[in-house]
Amino acid sequence: MTFTGISEQEVDRAYDSLKNDALDGGYRLNPDAEFVKNLIRGLLKNEQRYGYRACPCRLASGKMEVDLDIVCPCDYRDSDIEEYGACYCALYVSEAITDGTRKVAPVPERRPPRSQRGTMKERAVQTVAVGGGTTFGSLPFPVWRCKVCGYLCARDQPPGICPVCKAKKDRFERFL
Amino acid sequence: MEHVDGKDKGNIVLYALSTCGWCAKTKDLLREMGIAFDYTFVDLLDGSEQDDAISTVEKFNPSGSFPTLVINNKKTIVGFREQEIREALGP
Repeated sequence: MTFTGISEQEVDRAYDSLKNDALDGGYRLNPDAEFVKNLIRGLLKNEQRYGYRACPCRLASGKMEVDLDIVCPCDYRDSDIEEYGACYCALYVSEAITDGTRKVAPVPERRPPRSQRGTMKERAVQTVAVGGGTTFGSLPFPVWRCKVCGYLCARDQPPGICPVCKAKKDRFERFL
Repeated sequence: MEHVDGKDKGNIVLYALSTCGWCAKTKDLLREMGIAFDYTFVDLLDGSEQDDAISTVEKFNPSGSFPTLVINNKKTIVGFREQEIREALGP
């Protein structure tokens, strides 16, 4: 799997940066470096053609607002690592995988099918309606939740980058 | 559709993405087994061609995920399930 226009140096650089970010945030990359680099080639290719790093193992629409949940790291990563030991692509894996006590197996698709998806805006509104109870109306600050890792913070606006998992601001939702 | 020559096991079609690691592994497995099959990288298709391919995938695999392997328009194997693929297409 090689793509024109993506050099091996770029792939190596992205690999080092992803690996460091993963470790900083308490995550682990798949120990199979060649497999990971193939996925990184896919991520860089998607960044080139769509403008954002859509999941290489899912079909992106090319519309950022529809694909926000599958911008890597995706909204489903933590649940899949928890349940299956790996994210959908097996880019990120659990400790049991890295220490060899569990093997990577296919991860079923957790993302809702196309017909049930709706846009991120609609989903955000639904989440707020469920999460925002009336008893919290008097909080001095809104509470924002990172949809990638669950990090919560109380401030006027979500942070530009999640301090835990490095997801960008647009991956935050109003929680309370 | 790209065609790969090999042993005739019927109409074997692999719907894949050019960027997906498990799709690549599935394609390598079919090659290694020496099976004749057709494959398409749905992310590289344009417009209505892509829409048609997505609808076909969804018909066999409602989640619309990749890789989707369709055997004789009947059996579907979703994901890189090596053992299942070997059993379905083995000698």
